[in-house]
Amino acid sequence: MRALENAILTLVTFVPLAGALLLLFFPRRHRDIRVFALVVTLFDFVVSLHLPVHFHRAQVGFQYELDRLWIANPNIHYHMGVDGVSMWLVVLTTFLTPLCVLISWKSIDERVKEFFVLLLILETALIGVFTSLDLFLFYFFWEGTLIPMALLIGMYGHGRRVYAAIKFFLYTMIASVFMLAAILWLYAKVGSFDFVTIQAAIRGGHVPNFAGAAIWLFLGFFLAFAVKVPLFPFHTWLPDAHVEAPTAGSVLLAGVLLKMGTYGMFRFNLGLFPEQARANAPWIAILALIGIVYGALVAMVQPNLKKLIAYSSISHLGFVVLGIFSFTTAGLDGATFVMLAHGVSTGALFMLAGIIYERRHTYEISDYGGLASVMPRYATFFLFVTLASVGLPLLNGFVGEFLVLSGAFQAQPWWGIIGATGVIWSACYLLWMYQRVFFGKVKHDVNNTLPDLSGRERAALWPAAVAALVMGVAPLIWLNAIDPAAQATLSPVLALASKVAGR
Amino acid sequence: MNSTVPQLADYIRILPELVLAVFGMIVMLLDPWLEQRGRQRGLGFIALTGAAAAIAATIFQASYPGTAFYGMVQVDSFSIFFHFLVAAVTLVVILCSYEYLAVQQIRAGEYYGLILFGAVGMSLMSSAVELVLIFIALEISSISTYILAGFRRRAAISSESSVKYFLLGSFATAFFLYGVALMFGATGSTSIEKIGQVLSSGDIPLLAYAAIALMFVGLGFKVAAAPFHIWTPDVYEGAPAPVVGFMSTAPKAAVFAVLLRIMFEAHAPGRIWLIWVVAALSMTLGNLGALVQDNVKRLLAYSSIAHAGYLLVAFAALPGNGIPAAMFYAASYAAMNVGAFAVVSHFGSAGERYVTLEDYAGLGRRSPVLAATLTIFLLSLIGIPITGGFFAKFYVFSAALQANLVGLVIIGVINSAVGAYYYLRVIVMMYMRAPKVAVPLSPVSLGLRTALAISIVATIYLGVLPGRILDYAGLTVAQWRQ
Repeated sequence: MRALENAILTLVTFVPLAGALLLLFFPRRHRDIRVFALVVTLFDFVVSLHLPVHFHRAQVGFQYELDRLWIANPNIHYHMGVDGVSMWLVVLTTFLTPLCVLISWKSIDERVKEFFVLLLILETALIGVFTSLDLFLFYFFWEGTLIPMALLIGMYGHGRRVYAAIKFFLYTMIASVFMLAAILWLYAKVGSFDFVTIQAAIRGGHVPNFAGAAIWLFLGFFLAFAVKVPLFPFHTWLPDAHVEAPTAGSVLLAGVLLKMGTYGMFRFNLGLFPEQARANAPWIAILALIGIVYGALVAMVQPNLKKLIAYSSISHLGFVVLGIFSFTTAGLDGATFVMLAHGVSTGALFMLAGIIYERRHTYEISDYGGLASVMPRYATFFLFVTLASVGLPLLNGFVGEFLVLSGAFQAQPWWGIIGATGVIWSACYLLWMYQRVFFGKVKHDVNNTLPDLSGRERAALWPAAVAALVMGVAPLIWLNAIDPAAQATLSPVLALASKVAGR
Repeated sequence: MNSTVPQLADYIRILPELVLAVFGMIVMLLDPWLEQRGRQRGLGFIALTGAAAAIAATIFQASYPGTAFYGMVQVDSFSIFFHFLVAAVTLVVILCSYEYLAVQQIRAGEYYGLILFGAVGMSLMSSAVELVLIFIALEISSISTYILAGFRRRAAISSESSVKYFLLGSFATAFFLYGVALMFGATGSTSIEKIGQVLSSGDIPLLAYAAIALMFVGLGFKVAAAPFHIWTPDVYEGAPAPVVGFMSTAPKAAVFAVLLRIMFEAHAPGRIWLIWVVAALSMTLGNLGALVQDNVKRLLAYSSIAHAGYLLVAFAALPGNGIPAAMFYAASYAAMNVGAFAVVSHFGSAGERYVTLEDYAGLGRRSPVLAATLTIFLLSLIGIPITGGFFAKFYVFSAALQANLVGLVIIGVINSAVGAYYYLRVIVMMYMRAPKVAVPLSPVSLGLRTALAISIVATIYLGVLPGRILDYAGLTVAQWRQ
């Protein structure tokens, strides 16, 4: 049992990669490849469920840790471990990937093997980002997500896919160079890449020249994460990438990839540089608020379904950033919960968009209308997911946004007020979009013959819908693991604040 | 000075060179005896055996460290490292030349002979510790590569490449020789160790600065460092692709070995500012030049200029970190670049017709395995993790940071980001564009497959477990400081 506790994260992380390597030697029979990919991802999901089941919720600090020397010079460790936040992000990843396999079953009919190999490699890299506690290892996985994702967009996307893939790659690559520079600086001074060691060294004040460099280090990390989130004004790659990406790519992009950025802010910006985070919180929160409102307003005028969902992501991720930089437990809990909820519901929205695209080969909202009568099941799922995304109480979107807003109110009342308008905006653009697509008369004759959801598509949508409901009804399952991690991250900030107040 | 007759141990200390030379001569002698059809296969096999034997000889030699031939040759972990590197590159190049020569219908005889003779010079460069011997080794290596560059005799561009390389290269070696003469004038010796003693004693004669500058011009030309890089794109474009793979890695590594000895073992004065300027120029000009290339060979030529710049950054660092970093860079660059040119040589087909970026469109569909292979090499050239290229850059830049060369590192990092763009263009072409012409691809021969497998394994190995190689390279510093 002890051995399993140590090895579980390694197992969860590398099962998809092992699957990808096996897949390389598969004959090019599409059906076998798809089934195999589904089996691997489902297996990984089941294995990853071990994490929340055996997680010690009251315990502070990292769990399932494994720390081995990997490379002696530079001093790089294979250090894996999760806390309540990263654990749920791992499960989110393993939960969404099998759905991605299902949703790509028919839509990918060319270069099938390459597609699933890339998807599995991407899954390993994504999980690795959340499980690694060595900064170098983290950077490894971080960069590792880039290539499979860019290739997925570039090889399987739509019209302007090459442009979108290159833009995506260059944006994130260039931004992460700054993070690498900051990591190297830390290594040069601390002599370790280990997150826990560096954190202890910074807190203990054992890092020479830290006072002068800290703000630059903070910004180095922050820039890499802000591009990934994406925070206004670094968001321009996202709509392009989303619109051109294949459905599975969009699902993982919105569902997990963007969370790498917010997770990074939580883990590194707050974890390593609490003082600088606090000092810089005002302008970051303003950017987040701009993102919330701007994303929502732009989403409202989008004629393209996928672009609309993409801009809604910018708006929702603004909530996450706002929550993180509100420096309240509620805000941080809520931010994490929004990350998970957004992953499920936006993932489902992209799947739904992909399903209709497979039938009509267009994302233009004006090409639809009246679909509710033609595809009733599809319309029901769509409505359910839309409401979850809008933040209807008892569905998953509500809990997180509520917590974030209450945290923001505590920090700065006007942050909360402006943030709250975001909830209204999201109801506007999502419901209006729903109305234009599903209600009224069928305007285009082709739409009359559209088939409703197939069994496979329902199999992909049901888990997401159920998750959205359970997360809304019983959020404590998630929150009681998240909360200790959030408090642990916040404690130095709060200690600092009381110190300042005491003066 | 020891004036006795050379002992057996002296010959062991030049064993790899002897092995390569003997096999080179066997190839040349057998060439007229073998009939036309058997020639290609037979000579290739002999050359291959020669390269493998050189690797074995290097490993054998490793247990006989010390000097030989009156202090002209020195076997230490440094020379072993580069001997191994040169022999391994030679082996890989011979493996991928086999198919290339058959496709291009080039006579095999002298080709293999020249590669082996060139390897003699390159090996000797890394173990020679006496400037005149270094010059001779440099000439052996250079003359072989001049001829090899012109081996596609039917192509005018190849002859142009050869002549250009020869003329400019002769100038460069003359500069080097002039520098050696001035150094002798300044310090009274041509032995690197003695020069080091004089130069580190404090009072540095002005002449020594001029000598270092002249030697650096000569060697800088050979490694294609800016501003001595103008020849590179033209020569690489014209020369046969496997030869470019050879001459962009093995002789460069050997010249870097010489530079390391001159800069660190001989305590060359004025090192840091000289390197600073040349490294910054090479990185910037190389990457900017590569951005606008449409020919893959030219693109890789500019990239090799940029990589020479990255490698030179290590020279500006302190010896403790700089020397192992430079050695590691040389090794990982050799692995990825030889591999990349092996793929280019296959895609080129008869007459190297298909070498533009457009010709690479859709290769991901037409030849998934080769395209994936090239992608790995290109990602390594960008410096993406889990490839050798990543750690190579990492070690170089962190060595420079420890020497507080922040400005140079910033230039280097920006350049790496720029560099990513043009390597990506190739990947994008291969995977994201539909093929324009359905160029028939010949099947990949066993030799090329083996060559690619070796390069891939080496590239990934250096990217996942770089520790052992770096530690081995680090032994050098300890030895030189004794």
